[in-house]
Amino acid sequence: MIELISESRCTSCNRCVEVCPTGVFDAVDGTIPVIARPDQCQTCFMCELYCPVDAMYVDPCADGHVTVSEQTLIEQGLMGSYARSLGWKKARAGGTENDLTHHLFEIGVT
Amino acid sequence: MSDAHPVAASIVLQADVLVLGGGPAGTWAALSAARQGARVVLADKAYCGTSGAAAASNNNVWYVSDPARHEAEFTERFLSGGSLSERSWTDALLQGAVQQLHLLAKLGYPFPKTEAGVTNYATLRGPDYMRFMRLQIKRAGVQILDHSPMLGLLDYEGRVVGAHGVSRDGGRWQVQANATVMATGGCAFMSGALGTNVCTGDGHLAAGEAGARFSGMEFSNQYGLASSHSSVTKGLPFVWSTYSREDGSEIPIIDDEPFVSVARVLAEEPVFAVFDRASKDIQHWLRSGQANAFLPFDRKGIDPFTQRFPISLLLEGTVRGTGGIRLSGRDCATDVPGLYAAGDVTSREVVVGGRTGGGSPNSAWAIVTGAWAGAAASAFAVPQRSHAPVPLRPTTDLPVFSDPQLSRQVIEQYVWPLQTNLFRNAAGLGLALDVLEKAWHEPANHAAPIAHARSARAMLYVARLGYRSGLRRTESRALHQRIDFPARSDAQQYRQVVAGVDTFTFATDAVAN
Repeated sequence: MIELISESRCTSCNRCVEVCPTGVFDAVDGTIPVIARPDQCQTCFMCELYCPVDAMYVDPCADGHVTVSEQTLIEQGLMGSYARSLGWKKARAGGTENDLTHHLFEIGVT
Repeated sequence: MSDAHPVAASIVLQADVLVLGGGPAGTWAALSAARQGARVVLADKAYCGTSGAAAASNNNVWYVSDPARHEAEFTERFLSGGSLSERSWTDALLQGAVQQLHLLAKLGYPFPKTEAGVTNYATLRGPDYMRFMRLQIKRAGVQILDHSPMLGLLDYEGRVVGAHGVSRDGGRWQVQANATVMATGGCAFMSGALGTNVCTGDGHLAAGEAGARFSGMEFSNQYGLASSHSSVTKGLPFVWSTYSREDGSEIPIIDDEPFVSVARVLAEEPVFAVFDRASKDIQHWLRSGQANAFLPFDRKGIDPFTQRFPISLLLEGTVRGTGGIRLSGRDCATDVPGLYAAGDVTSREVVVGGRTGGGSPNSAWAIVTGAWAGAAASAFAVPQRSHAPVPLRPTTDLPVFSDPQLSRQVIEQYVWPLQTNLFRNAAGLGLALDVLEKAWHEPANHAAPIAHARSARAMLYVARLGYRSGLRRTESRALHQRIDFPARSDAQQYRQVVAGVDTFTFATDAVAN
């Protein structure tokens, strides 16, 4: 579930408020958005992808909240790691051309 | 929950075609209608582009470019799906998928290519695909209403003429349209399966209230494998999985669907998996196409190819099960004039029978029925444009709501469990139905947000359709397995059709040769 919006990285663009499918975030005048309804998070990782500054962290634990440390996540290279593995950069889509799934079709997987 | 209806809407729009739902089926319907010259409004309960099962996932599409292979594709699905699918629908779907995917390439979607430079049309990466579709429909002039859940349809003399709903700020919206395409997705009962917590059956309930009929609702009990505590129900890596009990003893796969063999044990004790049958090459190919499948492992420091991990099954309901609104033909019309339907909200039995449509058939179905529905809705609606606006009323006098907490509690206890929903018998289904009916008749909690209270009722509705249909099919066929009727009955080789809201009537559709 969503565990972190980095105060130092977030630019208050409020893209996460717009794209979250389950209404987890609220925009706040003059400051960064707030995780207003954390229990509605469905752990779909979409906010991470659409964050242009890698300020968000969604923990894969979907059935309860865990405590995270921003410093540790940065050291482990986990801030923005999903976007990087897809080839998205600064919330711009990219990387589909590197998908090798056709090899699985060639060995008979459908 | 504030006053239900009538309420003066703060957004009032007129369109030729209203599309409800902004996933693959909805965006294809909108694109197709707009390309034919219709004025289109698309409303999504969340954000068109991230909303739903497809956006959060990776989508392989049933793409068969050689018509000579259609026979074999049909036969395989006919046998595995309990002999309920039809050759003519399969042919039309496969042809339609090729046509639409080639259109997608022409519009500029960056399909991957093989090393030999051949385009792989069969792989659509969810976040990229749905973002691209949003851009395409905007370019085509479609007006998008994000964060705008639908509460019900509008009626004029037995025709569906649009819908009404609620906006994020609590205001109301209403769109009048001569044709409406229902593309709200399947219902996964808020089980937490990847991206599906917006798939709560809202469209099923609204369509049912307007008089639409449903087919195959007994085949609504597909489950998805996920590592425990995670949301990521991505099936592909599990193709290379070995399953074991806590003591390390291997669990043999004895069923057509591997998840059923896992479920037999998981209903009683923990089950573990490891993707140890994947070679280094396969690991590399999987990671290249399924990045999010590995997030739960990479972020917890687990190597799923060598280390075993506990697994769960999350109910995917009609998202990857196969029941839904019955289409009356390949124009994707429903049994209600003015109402069309596409994608996971519809029954996919005509192409996959009673087996899961998960994976490539559902992706192809969403694209092709979306395109068909959009074209037919446009052809129906545009010639009526010059007519004077008609007086509108909701299809039900008051939209009806249920208590979200009660609905969730009942669904967790009687719809999610494998013991009731997968391994079925008359006693279990009957008990669950008693509880579901009681919850159905409970008044709503007036403090709940209106859209949540509507979804709470919609999930109860879909569960009731599923279990009523399941109780009537006194045999075992494909996903619908009855402990008390373990054999297939040749006399029941038909598709079961159900209609109604508070009470239900049943009919059958013969399977055409």
